[in-house]
Amino acid sequence: MNPGLRRLLSDYGMLVVLVLIGLVFSVLTLEEQPATDAAAARRLVAAISRQVPAGGRVLVAVRPTPEDGRLADALVTELSAAGLDVADVVRGEPQAVRASLDRLAKAGSKVDAVAATERTASWLVLSEMGELFPTLGQPPIVVPDTVVWPNFLKADNLLNIANQIAVIAIMAIGMTMVIITGGIDLSVGSLAALSAVTATRLIRDQCGGVEASTAGMVFSCAAAIVVCGLLGGLSGAVITLCRLPPFIVTLAMMLVTSGLAYIASAGQSIYQIPESFVWLGRGTGLFGLPHAVVLMLALYAAAHVLMSRTTLGRYLYAVGGNPEAARLSGVPVRRVLLFAYVACGLLAGLGGVIMASQLKSGSPTYGAMYELYVIAAVVVGGTALSGGEGKIVGTLIGAFIIAVIQNGMNLANIESYTQKVVLGLVILAAVLVDRLRHR
Amino acid sequence: MTAPLLSMRGIVKSFPGVQALRGVDLDLHAGEVLALLGENGAGKSTLMKVLGGAHLPDAGSLLLDGRTTAFRSPQEARAAGIAVIHQEFNLVPGLTATENIFLGQEASRAGFVPRADERRKAAELFRRLGAELDLDAPCSRLTTAQQQLVEIARALARDARVIVMDEPTAALTSREVDRLFEIVRDLRSRGIAVVWISHRLDEIFALADRVVVLRDGRNVGARPIAGLGRTELIELMVGRELADEYPRRTAAPGLPRLVVKGLSRGRAVRDVSFTVRAGEILALAGLVGAGRTETLRLLFGADCRDSGEIVLDGRRLDIRSPRDAIAAGMGLLTEDRKLQGLVLGQSIRENFSLPNLAALSRLGMVDGRREREAFGRHVDRLRMKVPDQEQRARNLSGGNQQKVVLAKWLERDCEVLFFDEPTRGIDVGARHEIYLLMNDLAARGKAIVMVSSELPEVLGMADRILVMHDGRITGEIDNGPHVTQEQVMRLAMA
Repeated sequence: MNPGLRRLLSDYGMLVVLVLIGLVFSVLTLEEQPATDAAAARRLVAAISRQVPAGGRVLVAVRPTPEDGRLADALVTELSAAGLDVADVVRGEPQAVRASLDRLAKAGSKVDAVAATERTASWLVLSEMGELFPTLGQPPIVVPDTVVWPNFLKADNLLNIANQIAVIAIMAIGMTMVIITGGIDLSVGSLAALSAVTATRLIRDQCGGVEASTAGMVFSCAAAIVVCGLLGGLSGAVITLCRLPPFIVTLAMMLVTSGLAYIASAGQSIYQIPESFVWLGRGTGLFGLPHAVVLMLALYAAAHVLMSRTTLGRYLYAVGGNPEAARLSGVPVRRVLLFAYVACGLLAGLGGVIMASQLKSGSPTYGAMYELYVIAAVVVGGTALSGGEGKIVGTLIGAFIIAVIQNGMNLANIESYTQKVVLGLVILAAVLVDRLRHR
Repeated sequence: MTAPLLSMRGIVKSFPGVQALRGVDLDLHAGEVLALLGENGAGKSTLMKVLGGAHLPDAGSLLLDGRTTAFRSPQEARAAGIAVIHQEFNLVPGLTATENIFLGQEASRAGFVPRADERRKAAELFRRLGAELDLDAPCSRLTTAQQQLVEIARALARDARVIVMDEPTAALTSREVDRLFEIVRDLRSRGIAVVWISHRLDEIFALADRVVVLRDGRNVGARPIAGLGRTELIELMVGRELADEYPRRTAAPGLPRLVVKGLSRGRAVRDVSFTVRAGEILALAGLVGAGRTETLRLLFGADCRDSGEIVLDGRRLDIRSPRDAIAAGMGLLTEDRKLQGLVLGQSIRENFSLPNLAALSRLGMVDGRREREAFGRHVDRLRMKVPDQEQRARNLSGGNQQKVVLAKWLERDCEVLFFDEPTRGIDVGARHEIYLLMNDLAARGKAIVMVSSELPEVLGMADRILVMHDGRITGEIDNGPHVTQEQVMRLAMA
């Protein structure tokens, strides 16, 4: 195997683990799914055409969900294309179907076929249609064929995973840099809480609360992120100037910051903010991806470039690998360390802002224990706690491994207390696998 | 000749990408000192690792007392009486000498260690070695020479019949070296076989009975020392004729470039002043602890000076960190390349670029192609034996590692270069290349300050010699054919 390929596998091997876990959950959540895409609609209409001559009238009955709605739209298109008349399209509960059938019966029309889903077909109003509405004839009820597909791999679910992990993943970028320099930052969870509280409080008190403008919201979020960056810088300064261990310094900072968050919010949740604030945390846009996910991917791309192609990236690895040798080669070790902690603080602040946007409020209880998940994502992704090595993209994979496991367990209906045990064991196994790979 | 105590026959060992041993035969007799010589990468450490049970050979056999044996682990080798003392000792720094000696073989009863008993045995061992040291101090507080004695005592406590010593004198003063020689001769008289791995030919001629030369994973010659010539030995090692061990040059030093006045730092460096001219190689000689490395570190900004003035090319420099020194055109090759010269976990290309990133990048982004080309030029010029640039620095032999460190500074085209023990732990072939390089730099007008503990090297390379003792300069010698090692030693011990 050529050395380049071997190195690639070595650096990003956890991707294999992620894929395997995904496969396991795909198998565990296999279920018969009604097909709802255009192809399924075509097949359904083809089945109807075989039983109903051209010009026949078809009732479409679906539930008011987005998925069913897409099916209904596709059916209408296909029915017209097949030369069949659409008697009515009902997107609602059984009462709506009954109302529609009533109207059709009173108008004296006939229904030659009913295009329904598995669920709607089981409604009494349709299954007993013959007895309830004898004048409409005895139309056959045709449902889309089913396909066996894992619930895990449905597009909505995958996007949900990405959206849920976005905050932790973004915070993990900064943590990766800090860990690569041989340090650690335990304060990220509390910083996120402080950021959420600061941003929402500024919006509520300084920018007009529920009437706040976009500029006001942006300013508040920026201020919150900057505050967290400054606190990160303070940690970094104490670590580099007083030569104290990062574990202790950031542990102290974690407590201080948490206290500040509680003080700033008077222990309450701050919710007097505009509805539009959720744009970042809940909105979707580009290619149907949630904004938080787009931001996450953009930040990872930028961080990857920074670590792998810039001078600063080289300095970070060198400082982590051998700070004395780095110093003697002219690397500004203190400045590099400071940068890592400031970056970690800024990204933690950003995480807090996204959380506030997702939950439309700021509370000092946010981010509790997040530092552990963030560190787990970094370590599972292949970065050694001893410093000097690790890849940013590896952290993304690590974050996804954690998110996939949690999501998969939910889908497989594993009880929540058991989930905690499983998550802990899987993190251990992932790191073990990584260690063995490096032998 | 008596039957050998230990025989290695046809030992073959490969690692991914490299064949370290290609069928090596070696005989070791009781009561002899066998010198094992070879260039870095020739296979010496691998052979000793096989002997010590750390590696299993791919092929070949080991005979102890004429019986075929195999060591599947270091414990088995130790139990059979093979003791290996590495260059970086295997002592636990926080434990005392006694505890280290009996580590792993405490004769404990119900989990309790017989401390008084062990202490008595340790004291006896040291008495037999003719050494005195504090048995209750943690080994981190012992000097290198004392730590080495602890290692030897440990080997003797296990009734070792073969003791392998890897670069044993690298960090010893010459007085300690003499003492070590006495001990080794004593071990020899007791019937113990000693394998002595070293690059210092003077020592080998003084101490060894026989010498085995390895080259490219093969045994290319086993000779008795008596009657063996130095040139012949070097040629065996290198496989070619070496005209001069220390290359000659027509030294014509020019105007003063580096002027140092009143450099001081506590007791380590006291009022040191000197001048280095363009094209001159100035050697700092002296015993370990004389303040030579400390002086270089002060000049380079690695430590803070209490007082002193540094003037380069007429300009007064305010050097407060290595960054300042590097910006002024200085470069430092540290004494310990693994701890201070290289980031072992990174590739050699990344190590090379570290002080050169500004020149190799644009707007903060590193130009990968320019970097690879620049490093490639140095790989060729310094004749580095590396399969590819992405090799991790820790996988290279000592000589190649030193070349990477050199390449770092050569790329910067430094005006002043500080070499601290530039050829320590490096084979003859690579040494010669480094000497040629130093001459070349001098010829181009650079100022070179070299710290070296090897007097032959000092006398072979320097234009002027400054001798230091206890932080001060005790003497200055203009080098020439009349200068002797004794002259230098006298000043070093003044």
